[in-house]
Amino acid sequence: MKKFDVVIIGGGPAGMAAALGAREEGATVALLERDDRLGGILNQCIHNGFGLHYFGEELTGPEYAKRFRDKVLSDQNIHVFLEAMVLSLTEQKVVRAISPTEGLIEIQAGSVVLAMGCRERSAGAIALAGTRPAGIYTAGMAQRLCNVEGYLVGKEVVILGSGDIGLIMARRMTSEGAKVKLVAEIMPFSSGLKRNIVQCLNDYDIPLRYSTTVTRVTGKERLTGVYVAPVDEKMQPVLEQEEYIPCDTLLLSVGLIPENDLLTGTSVEMSRVTSGAVVDEYRQTSAEGIFSAGNVLHVHDLVDNVSEEAYIAGRSAAKYVKGELPFSVTVSVTPASGVRYALPQKVHTGEGKVKLYFRVDKVYRGRTVVVTSAGEVIKRKKTLVMAPGEMQNIEIDKSLIKGDVCIYTEE
Amino acid sequence: MNTTCIMCPMGCALTVEEKGGVVTVVGNGCPRGEKYGKAEFSHPERVVTTLLKGLYGGVVSVKTDGPIPKDKIADLLAWAASYRLDHAVKTGDVIAESPVSCGANVVATSDFKGK
Ligand SMILES: Cc1cc2nc3c(=O)[nH]c(=O)nc-3n(C[C@H](O)[C@H](O)[C@H](O)COP(=O)(O)OP(=O)(O)OC[C@H]3O[C@@H](n4cnc5c(N)ncnc54)[C@H](O)[C@@H]3O)c2cc1C
Ligand code: SF4
Repeated sequence: MKKFDVVIIGGGPAGMAAALGAREEGATVALLERDDRLGGILNQCIHNGFGLHYFGEELTGPEYAKRFRDKVLSDQNIHVFLEAMVLSLTEQKVVRAISPTEGLIEIQAGSVVLAMGCRERSAGAIALAGTRPAGIYTAGMAQRLCNVEGYLVGKEVVILGSGDIGLIMARRMTSEGAKVKLVAEIMPFSSGLKRNIVQCLNDYDIPLRYSTTVTRVTGKERLTGVYVAPVDEKMQPVLEQEEYIPCDTLLLSVGLIPENDLLTGTSVEMSRVTSGAVVDEYRQTSAEGIFSAGNVLHVHDLVDNVSEEAYIAGRSAAKYVKGELPFSVTVSVTPASGVRYALPQKVHTGEGKVKLYFRVDKVYRGRTVVVTSAGEVIKRKKTLVMAPGEMQNIEIDKSLIKGDVCIYTEE
Repeated sequence: MNTTCIMCPMGCALTVEEKGGVVTVVGNGCPRGEKYGKAEFSHPERVVTTLLKGLYGGVVSVKTDGPIPKDKIADLLAWAASYRLDHAVKTGDVIAESPVSCGANVVATSDFKGK
């Protein structure tokens, strides 16, 4: 069996940043990626807008990935396994993977960083009614086919969901000569960035209808059209107002789910809200020595945050192996009024600062974010506007933490 | 013209109008919105990202190395659709200098082995 201090599962932006973080603490690192190259989702995101926070300049996805990849590949002490699909992980931190070149790979890890990213919700996951013809794709799948393989998946397109991936794909399909007839969003607001609505839809006169959903699809072999209808306050479609739109392609951009199947059978505590592990500020899960970062921990909208988070996880994983990870009393961090979830869900008492990341449950203007510990207010921050699609953060002083932490918003 | 300011998360809804050569912006929450609204009205610009096909197969992702006028985007995309790259390039290499007189260069954003 091979031995490494830190084993990282997944070679996307999270895995690469974790590897660099672990190296900074002198650990030997194994990085396992099932694809034939590092970069994860970034390789298919050929649009720009990445890295504004992390590098202070606007990069495309492949360029952002390359910055990290070049560093990872030039470090002798990071052993990169490509086309290595991790099959199992035990609580004793034995990682098993298979690859076409090396066969079965077995590694005893000192600590493990989970960086497997997320997958998209599919037609099955949202219980779409009607036939199952060809022409229904998740937006990310269409993005991969289009941007990596070079195939245009259709000519007349309807997109369900106005998250960023859906918006980006609306523009992408249009530039490739397809006609995007409608973007339908079930919510009364978009979870996508304003900038994407302006530059991906408005620039190309692509209509966006809020509080609208796809009710059924038609077509035998290939999709021939979809029915859309407005929804009422209870999110139920108003079928009397159903409208038929002929199209050959339906793209689904209806949410992402962290890809945590490897954890089934372990004792790692999971959060029902994020579908990721419950972690402390070092991004350590409830299973000692197992860390988690990036989209596998919670869905991120900015890759910059992914890199930052994974860097913490990688450094901490290396410190854990050296026995240098500080441990002290932990308190829980819980969301209340207006906050859907906050992460980390656990924080250690002690010195230094800790950044709490959180998402709100709807669009708020002019609200104050309040953090309390043991019932006392320890931080307040006025905000102009907060939307569910944009992850927020607030930094608190650990020395002020005297008991359980609560984060909420108020008028 | 109606548009949304994208300079900060407030996303103010702007109305931009021209009367007798004077451009006015209404709806902006701060001066940045006025500047943005005027620029969007008189000379809107975008960085364009797309894909080029290789002459012998394969694709390479590219971008313009600066923003180009919005009314040049369609021409540039048409140029990109018919262009065939016949040699290897590395990330950052200039593939074409100001095609369709768009005012920016098309550079590779990924490596391309030539096929
Ligand atoms: C389709 C899509 C489009 C997106 N577009 C944008 C965008 O425009 N801008 C933006 O800022 N963010 C975007 N995001 C969010 C973006 O994905 C994240 O910011 C970032 O890529 C997440 O990084 P990650 O490393 O956590 O996950 P990923 O990039 O998904 O990387 C995970 C890696 O783990 C590998 N892996 C998974 N399971 C295993 C296993 N068992 N064994 C071995 N390897 C495994 C995968 O192959 C993959 O390479 C998008 C996300 C998706 C899904
Ligand atoms: S006008 Fe000012 S406040 Fe409004 S979105 Fe633009 S930058 Fe923000």
